[in-house]
Amino acid sequence: MALTVEVVLEGIKEIVVEVAGIDAGIIAMDKKFTDDLDVDSLSMVEVVVAAEEKFGVKIPDEEVTKMATVGDAVNFIVANGK
Amino acid sequence: MTRRRVVVTGLGATTPLGGDVSSTWEALLAGKSGVRKLEDEWAQEFSVTFAARVAVEPSEVMERVEMRRLDRSEQFAMIASREAWKDAGSPDIDKERLGVVIASGIGGVITMLDQYDTLKEKGARFVSPHTVPMLMPNGPAANVGLELQARAGVHTPVSACASGAEAAGYALEMIRNNRADIVVTGGVEAAIHALPMAGFASMKALSTRNDDPAKASRPYDKDRDGFVLGEGGGVLVFEELEHAKARGAKIYAEVMGQGLTSDGYHIAAPDPDGSGVTRAVKLALEDAGIPLSEIVHLNAHATSTPAGDVAEANALTNALGSDISHVAVSATKSMTGHLLGGAGAIESIFCVLAMYHHKAPPTINIENLDEAVTVDVVRDVPRDLPQGSIACLNDSFGFGGHNVVLVFRSYEG
Repeated sequence: MALTVEVVLEGIKEIVVEVAGIDAGIIAMDKKFTDDLDVDSLSMVEVVVAAEEKFGVKIPDEEVTKMATVGDAVNFIVANGK
Repeated sequence: MTRRRVVVTGLGATTPLGGDVSSTWEALLAGKSGVRKLEDEWAQEFSVTFAARVAVEPSEVMERVEMRRLDRSEQFAMIASREAWKDAGSPDIDKERLGVVIASGIGGVITMLDQYDTLKEKGARFVSPHTVPMLMPNGPAANVGLELQARAGVHTPVSACASGAEAAGYALEMIRNNRADIVVTGGVEAAIHALPMAGFASMKALSTRNDDPAKASRPYDKDRDGFVLGEGGGVLVFEELEHAKARGAKIYAEVMGQGLTSDGYHIAAPDPDGSGVTRAVKLALEDAGIPLSEIVHLNAHATSTPAGDVAEANALTNALGSDISHVAVSATKSMTGHLLGGAGAIESIFCVLAMYHHKAPPTINIENLDEAVTVDVVRDVPRDLPQGSIACLNDSFGFGGHNVVLVFRSYEG
């Protein structure tokens, strides 16, 4: 399946719901992981590892530190995925 | 200056007999066994195929997201402490006067082993970032301290199967020494997993009565053949007496004293002459400062091992002399199994309730009393304790030669 923004956003939603246990309905491109979605620094590691596995893409640590919003993560995966 | 007095104002538990204190106490008085055959695949080929799992799985009372960040032992601590704190009336207290002392014998061993499996099977990158906070033995205390915002100090004594009792003793001293007005204390254990089971089995410490698990834990019975591993935990709210009275708290019992010694004898075997236990009982009674005539009940460590039960009974007799004759002895591990670091905590709760209700819980599964046991064991059905001011002992011992004895007394107002 092609990694479109819609596909990756759906995948990220599933991961964040699993890790942070929040309602999928509030997860959107402009939401901040820490402030809006209760994903702390430890849980962010879980999100990244799960996303790497799900989309077959490597997300370097220096990129993770730049990912403030869901959109940052989705765009990186779309741009760097196969 | 008179010594600050400490009372118990809240109780919480999740045990093989029930998901809370009232269901556990009810099952205990009814003489029910919490020991069952293990359904886990790994257990089927083991020399021991049973244990005492908690009666209510944490998943029934806890959100999934919270659970995945907590080791099973930490889940037990949160469940029991929430019940205890609520039972105490969720006291409004300066957080700098609130402490937490919750012990564990082994810590997050299930997390450690599960994550090691992940490491080997999938690689280091897949090891959970929650691994260390979940496996550290102070994790249960730390998580409870975080939730309650306790700032007087959060501590975790570790002394194997004496850990839960040592925690209560530490909590008592925190309040006596004026470090805190309330301390949430207890012990938890979650070690029903292939590796700890295999290790205990290899020591020949576990009962192998696979054909009749509910009858396997039989302290003082002639045919006892080892302990039954249990899981769960208990939490008590200790509070300075005047603080409790000022807010009109329900007072279950008074915490009178503690005695601590070590054997200096063997890493796992009990000292057959039991002198360490005898000294611990004497120290505890001295600390409590009450007449021996008031001691009417004892919740024994009695794990159902051939050597331990008799050594303990002899040591108690040596410590109490002729006063042992009016002590009703209960071995509740016959029903709960052995919760290791949680044992001293749930058995402290049983002592507190025995003082509150003037009722000693029974010991089950004694078909033929070992003739070497000369103490007065409460068998099969509960026994009423005298009215008026009464006191009891809870003794706990741990691998390493740790001996802890606590004294509780009925609170008469």
